[in-house]
Amino acid sequence: MSRGRALALMVMIASLITPLITPLPTHADPLPSGTGFLSEDLQARQADEAANPGMLWVDEGARLWQSPQGATGASCASCHGDATTSMRGIATRYPAVDATSGALLNLEDRINLCRTRHQKAEPYPYESDPLLGLTAYVARQSLGLPMDVETGGAAAPFYAAGEAFFHRRQGQLNLSCAQCHDDNAGRSLRGDTISHGLGNGYPAYRLEWQSLGSLQRRLRSCSFGVRAVQFDYGSPDYLALELYLAKRAQGVAIETPAIRR
Amino acid sequence: MALPPARVSMPAEARQGEILEIKALIRHPMETGYRVDSRGQPIPRHIVRRFSVAYDGEEVFRMDLTQGVAANPFIAFSTVATRTGELVFTWEDDRGEVVTVRKSLTVTG
Repeated sequence: MSRGRALALMVMIASLITPLITPLPTHADPLPSGTGFLSEDLQARQADEAANPGMLWVDEGARLWQSPQGATGASCASCHGDATTSMRGIATRYPAVDATSGALLNLEDRINLCRTRHQKAEPYPYESDPLLGLTAYVARQSLGLPMDVETGGAAAPFYAAGEAFFHRRQGQLNLSCAQCHDDNAGRSLRGDTISHGLGNGYPAYRLEWQSLGSLQRRLRSCSFGVRAVQFDYGSPDYLALELYLAKRAQGVAIETPAIRR
Repeated sequence: MALPPARVSMPAEARQGEILEIKALIRHPMETGYRVDSRGQPIPRHIVRRFSVAYDGEEVFRMDLTQGVAANPFIAFSTVATRTGELVFTWEDDRGEVVTVRKSLTVTG
């Protein structure tokens, strides 16, 4: 074999194996927020507090924060004081495991647990305006802070369950979450762009709903989309998935209340 | 201490002759009247009919809204700062409910 042919063979072999040894993308860099898939007009509306319709719910949350509730007559502010300081960064750590009960709680559950445990009040129903308002108000205090949930220790089994859920094929369309939100994120699905499935903007104002809605409402829409079982609000399946999604969003800034299509 | 379900943003101070951009949001279902509920019964229309703004007693902006406007209408408009006074923003819906927001404006120069 001539030197020229040997060189050509080596180049060919190298070009064949190069794709195999290229490192797989890691999630060391935060995934891109769904906001990047919005039109410029919608991005501007989301960023402008005077124009973002989700702020109407944040206003309601701010009012409820100061309002006495339940048998104790205590308001959120009675214990937690000024939310702009006491609630800063809280939403970045949810869902989280409650030390007392060992249960996984999202922000909505934590607010309702505070109502029943400390204020001696009735919990708000899921997707009610007061619960959406308080959740959005609390999450708003973490605006721009990176998501950073705990997935070890007591949270580990919940995280594992969420990860399994994300990769499990389900529904009549036999699709897993990963097949859209990992394999095809950024590509078009009919008239919309598939996001990476991060919950960093929730509760979010979805144009389809013409209302603010929780991440679990969004998950129910996803389940419906693949014609799978829609779990109840607060179900352990969705809670575990919320934890997994929050970990996927590690380092992504909170944008509540985001605008989503 | 119930706040109105509305949000108005505008500067609190302006110079004479300055053009102000004013943005107004209200929480309202804007139900068209064309939809039916899960039992097939028509859902009655429930929309904001009129949005108007009075500046120091004088009407400076008015808008008639229809079924074609989405829920939680957002309205932005501009006006010229002429004198110190109060701006009164009024939304009226077809059930006769009225929401009012007042903002004061100080004009200098």
